[in-house]
Amino acid sequence: MTDLTRLSASELAAKLARKEVSSVEATQAQLDRIAAVDGDIHAFLHVDAEGALATAADIDSRRAAGEGLHGLAGVPIAVKDIVATKGMPTTCGSKILDGWIPPYDATITQRIKAAGLPILGKTNMDEFAMGSSTEHSAYGPTRNPWDRDRIPGGSGGGSAAAVAAFEAALAIGTDTGGSIRQPGALTGTVGVKPTYGGISRYGLVALASSLDQAGPVTRTVLDAALLHELMGGHDPMDSTSIDAPAPLVVSAARRADVKGLKIGIVKELGGEGFQAGVSARFNEAVELLTSAGAQVVEVSLPSLEYALAAYYLVMPSEASSNLARFDAMRYGVRVPPAGVDDPSAEQVMASSRDAGFGDEVKRRIIVGTYALSSGYYDAYYGSAQKVRTLLARDFAAAFEQVDVLVSPTSPTTAWPLGAKLDDPLSMYLQDVATIPANLAGIPGLSLPVGLADEDGLPVGLQFLAPQQADDRLYNAGAALEKLLEDKWGGPMLAQAPDLEVAR
Amino acid sequence: MTTETLVPVDEALTRYDPVMGLEIHIELNTTTKMFCGCPTEFGAEPNTQVCPVCLALPGALPVVNAKAIESAIRIGLALNCEIAEWCRFARKNYFYPDMPKNFQTSQYDEPIAFDGHVDVEVDGETYRIDIERAHMEEDTGKSLHVGGSTGRIHGADFSLVDYNRAGIPLIEIVTRTIEVPGDKAAAVARAYVSYVRDLIGGLGVSDVRMDQGSLRADVNLSLKPKGSTTLGTRSETKNVNSFRSVERAVRYEISRHAGILDQGGSVLQETRHFHEDTGTTSSGREKSDADDYRYFPEPDLAPVSPSREWVEELRATLPEPPAVRRARLQADWGFSDLEMRDTIGAGALQLVADTIEAGATPQAARKWWLGEMARRANEQGADLDSLGITPLQVAEIQALIDAGRINDKLARSVFDGVIAGEGTPEEVIVGRQLEVVSDDGALGDAVDRAIAGDPDAAQKIRDGKQAAAGALIGAVMKEMRGQADAGRVRELILEKLT
Repeated sequence: MTDLTRLSASELAAKLARKEVSSVEATQAQLDRIAAVDGDIHAFLHVDAEGALATAADIDSRRAAGEGLHGLAGVPIAVKDIVATKGMPTTCGSKILDGWIPPYDATITQRIKAAGLPILGKTNMDEFAMGSSTEHSAYGPTRNPWDRDRIPGGSGGGSAAAVAAFEAALAIGTDTGGSIRQPGALTGTVGVKPTYGGISRYGLVALASSLDQAGPVTRTVLDAALLHELMGGHDPMDSTSIDAPAPLVVSAARRADVKGLKIGIVKELGGEGFQAGVSARFNEAVELLTSAGAQVVEVSLPSLEYALAAYYLVMPSEASSNLARFDAMRYGVRVPPAGVDDPSAEQVMASSRDAGFGDEVKRRIIVGTYALSSGYYDAYYGSAQKVRTLLARDFAAAFEQVDVLVSPTSPTTAWPLGAKLDDPLSMYLQDVATIPANLAGIPGLSLPVGLADEDGLPVGLQFLAPQQADDRLYNAGAALEKLLEDKWGGPMLAQAPDLEVAR
Repeated sequence: MTTETLVPVDEALTRYDPVMGLEIHIELNTTTKMFCGCPTEFGAEPNTQVCPVCLALPGALPVVNAKAIESAIRIGLALNCEIAEWCRFARKNYFYPDMPKNFQTSQYDEPIAFDGHVDVEVDGETYRIDIERAHMEEDTGKSLHVGGSTGRIHGADFSLVDYNRAGIPLIEIVTRTIEVPGDKAAAVARAYVSYVRDLIGGLGVSDVRMDQGSLRADVNLSLKPKGSTTLGTRSETKNVNSFRSVERAVRYEISRHAGILDQGGSVLQETRHFHEDTGTTSSGREKSDADDYRYFPEPDLAPVSPSREWVEELRATLPEPPAVRRARLQADWGFSDLEMRDTIGAGALQLVADTIEAGATPQAARKWWLGEMARRANEQGADLDSLGITPLQVAEIQALIDAGRINDKLARSVFDGVIAGEGTPEEVIVGRQLEVVSDDGALGDAVDRAIAGDPDAAQKIRDGKQAAAGALIGAVMKEMRGQADAGRVRELILEKLT
């Protein structure tokens, strides 16, 4: 019998449509897998077996009744714990939201529910998506299925690890500076950050409003396209949502043809600072694309050198304001100050925030508060916004020459747990290749391109495309995926070590 | 409260010139809130008009109310402002328990309307008030402090927050500095607020009720020594809830600032609260230019860029300008210049207009609002529109007088009853048994008793001195507790004695 957990979402969807398996069977298989391996991996913060099976049973009976269903109906999904899910805990990996159960659904949650995807549970993340390793979760780190002594990347390490460990075929992530793509690269999975405004942010707990974007986390490019299409499109509840036809990502993923495609290698995102094994796999992938008929040139984005600095001003500035609402007045944990009789509301706010937020969150709130302060605003937030404009111009100029850009997704493979925890700057540097897309609002897709020779760990390659040209990512990504799988004789995750299964 | 040294205003003005700035907050009467679809009805049960957006639940996002933008543009145009071709919202960051996001979505350096002016009239002189800006923002919730004696936060046992008001659209109108002759300052401030109330009330975009908080005024004031060009330190007086209070707050602050400056002290830059009962202000939050709201453009909202065509369409919907309207009304009503000036000065223009609209004659409407109602407002220290009686009710009572069912004296009792909440004028008349008695049987008996009780007067009438009837009418009215139809009583007396 087929191991249902090993199927891609599109494969499972096809079997469900042909009634070869039921959604209850598929969902139960994922729940069993979670029960078996998640004690070790810790991809999930909350598992909703009952709810997922109820949805699955409902879809099975509707399918049996001959009802027309969404193509992904009945395919189980994992949701990052930053997405509001009505009736299901949503903590953002923070103690301050411990026990909070949203009374409303995010738009993407509504769309998933409307399409009939059973929600397996909520996945682990760095607290409020602040981090690149998932070690900043208040509920303990997630481990990388390729090597459980290593981090899975972050902030969406839970979603990526869940997909890599076959706990789910589909997961939702959010990407503010690389939180979908970098964990994708480090766990050998596919992750996409769509064009800013391509997928509704309503109900995503905000880290940095002008950078945040939800996207798919999957094992194949086609699966990512299917989930992207399901979540995307205009939402009147999000003023920054694009009110225009969504890019045709699924047909692009099926086209998978790079003949004549102009690809630009970003000069500034390679070489020094990039691990040898990462560069080697990246270069081989580019050669494969060339051999398939793509025209590859090198392009330069001069403003990239300021991107990381600009990001680490914009992101904490917006975060400092977005996180102000966590004040223990209306929801979340309330911790009165010790030894104070009749504390004032302000004192309760301060002590609750002190107790509820972790160190990395406090660090960024402090940095952001400072950067927005009168007298510093122009030098910090103002300058950072100018860098964004320059960067957007650089990208626009590059996309006059080429259709897509490529770079390694992350400078290194997964590092050991704890290795960078006391060195925030070195952690921040891991985002150097992913951050520019967020600053410019353009889409990016990361897919696995092999294992580094020196450590045998996954390496990711990132495609970037102009705003609203997400379809180009899926076309190029699916083409490269096929070239690589032909070379390997199957998907890369087939090479991942078997996980010890809890009994 | 610390003891203040106060200098009489007249004396203060011999040494100092006041410089004012007025900020008016207008609550728009849109049916939904500024950034969500919650209703805005005044006085609903606490926390029943809320949703994820206006409660700032994690993940919720704002969407701008298009009607609020339209109202803002119309207000801007009415204030003779330029309308921005492109503007943004900004976040004003500070922590306060009744502000759900702990930032207020407002506008900072890019207001929707700017560089306007209005002309107000005081004692026949016209003063131009320059408008710096009118910008859009959202209201906060309301804190209710329970326990303790003052109802204020200090000493309270606990506090409750009602978020129904959180997210109601506000327009803040900010003047440039106002420098007028010191003895006119208080009256000009009052006239300006009154003018803006009439102007915006005429647009139909707000209820503009100071007593309900849909129009709130802050008075910023500083003094500079006569002849000096350097501005002094200002105080910002909030909680000024009536036109009369605007005037009183200006006068009090002139006295207080002069007291400090005379002693060589320096005025503290702070927020002050106005107290209606005493007409004084007390220190609120200390404020300084170091107060840092960390403004930045609101990333959750798209910029607002009203097309010029739309702006011109809205300009075409503006009612006639107040000066033109006033001239037209004066002609329609046949008021003298003085009558018109008094009506405007009393803040009664709209009330009189509405009363006439409801059927009263112009002179009757003016008589009630500037006489009886003004007296009551003065006694209560309230504004005319917060007395608890509407123009429609005044018109109804006048109609009852015209029909002979009550007289002017009884009408005062009807006003008392309506204000006391006893129902419609008709219900009050029944409830208080106020109707004029014109029934000949009842009146005839009373007339007979009056004649019997005052034979001298009766004889004088028989002798042809009809003026003596007054004494007998008075006696009848006294017996009938004022409810007799005086005209009919006179007729009956004359019938019986001549």
